[in-house]
Amino acid sequence: MHRVVITGVGTVNALGHDAPSTFAAMREGHCGIGPLDFQDVKRLSIQIGGQVRGFEAEGRYNRQQMSLYDRFTQFTLAAAKEAIEQSGLTFTGALAAKSGVVLGTAGGGVSTWDANYRSVYEDGKNRVHPFVVPKLMNNAAASHVSMEHNLKGPSFTVSTACASSNHAMAQAFQMVRSGMAPAMITGGSESMLCFGGVKAWEGLRVMSRDACRPFSANRNGMVQGEGAGILVFEDFEHARARGAGILCEVIGFAMSSDAGDIVMPSKNGAARAMAGALADARVNREQVGYINAHGTGTAANDKTECAAVADVFGPHADKLMISSTKSMHGHLIGGTGAVELLACIMALRDGVIAPTIGYEEPDPECALDVVPNEARDAKVDVVLSNAFAFGGMNAVIAMRAV
Amino acid sequence: MGTSVMSVKDKVIEIIAEQAVLEPRDVSLNSTLEDLGIDSLGLVECIFAIEEEFDISIPFNANAPSESDFDISDVQSIITGIDRLIADQKT
Repeated sequence: MHRVVITGVGTVNALGHDAPSTFAAMREGHCGIGPLDFQDVKRLSIQIGGQVRGFEAEGRYNRQQMSLYDRFTQFTLAAAKEAIEQSGLTFTGALAAKSGVVLGTAGGGVSTWDANYRSVYEDGKNRVHPFVVPKLMNNAAASHVSMEHNLKGPSFTVSTACASSNHAMAQAFQMVRSGMAPAMITGGSESMLCFGGVKAWEGLRVMSRDACRPFSANRNGMVQGEGAGILVFEDFEHARARGAGILCEVIGFAMSSDAGDIVMPSKNGAARAMAGALADARVNREQVGYINAHGTGTAANDKTECAAVADVFGPHADKLMISSTKSMHGHLIGGTGAVELLACIMALRDGVIAPTIGYEEPDPECALDVVPNEARDAKVDVVLSNAFAFGGMNAVIAMRAV
Repeated sequence: MGTSVMSVKDKVIEIIAEQAVLEPRDVSLNSTLEDLGIDSLGLVECIFAIEEEFDISIPFNANAPSESDFDISDVQSIITGIDRLIADQKT
């Protein structure tokens, strides 16, 4: 068993176009959610989201790249560049041959589907650009990261709705821990903020029209975000030998399936994933100082998650902190766990707990310390990051300060 | 549309040059796509752009280029094929 550390992080999301600006925004409790801006938005009943602003693909990528990069790939490549540069790794020779890319996404190139359906259905065109398929496929982002950085080991894409990037990071973790790969690029991305993407979500009637207020009694639904989070997971000895900076250590994970309902969460499934992660990491529940919640801001998720935390942690549930940064960057669906890992890094490395903003009224069914509205300085040694997906697929990752 | 002011030949050369990241003057009639550094993906993009430009349908199958009823052996043969398709498909 090899120890696994994180040696690089990159992101693009509604709070910032890189990790330092995202950490700063999380510390300040900044809200990245605002009015959506894209074609036909006025025909939507939901018109807010955590949209990435001012990220101009033109100039960043050349014409040929633009014809192949959906927005979810554009975000991924920018975040991967940042993460890999921070790690200081250059992939050549044996390192390149064994290192790979495992990323999560729920929808892949949703805006490419959307734009081309619009073209053939609404505009009546009879042909689409020849690269529509390689642009929209779910593994496009992982493939382009592998090509850009010469990663020739195991690479694939995981799709488990809102838990996609946690499942992806779990796979990457397992590969490095087992000695199969010296380093893995992992995380995930999503970009569903287009007319068809939001229209589909509207149908479920779980979206808020005004704000994401996790754990607050007056919460009224989730708000979508978009972006990418990319991490470099590396064998601790490999990182130490080259004197790399270490952000934190990944110490365990667990997955569980509710085998129950296709959309309703299960307290038992969530609890089994959290308890499993603690067991895998070989830590006691009392060591956990912070949980980055799934915390979607829906009535069902937040109360179920809090009940699961109470079950797993017992009396310690009242001592730990739990916050949902979705209140700031929105729900990035398949990319959300990767961006939320930044809040875990900030807690472990900087001793700053990201807040749950938009918190207005206590809910007796969510009676935990949700770090309301303002970040808090606190030293924590072990943290968990929760993701509980539609389809009842849960993945929880445990990390420790180094 | 550009075709009213540019000849088919000039427009096709412009499309191919753009794909090859060259100036149109560097594309000669006897250049092959290989000479110009256009790979298989570049070729399907060229065909797409030509179809869009002239509103024609080009019978090209990337799996069996030699069996397609469209000669891509050099720039001149492509232009000749397009002239013929425009004549056939506009009547």
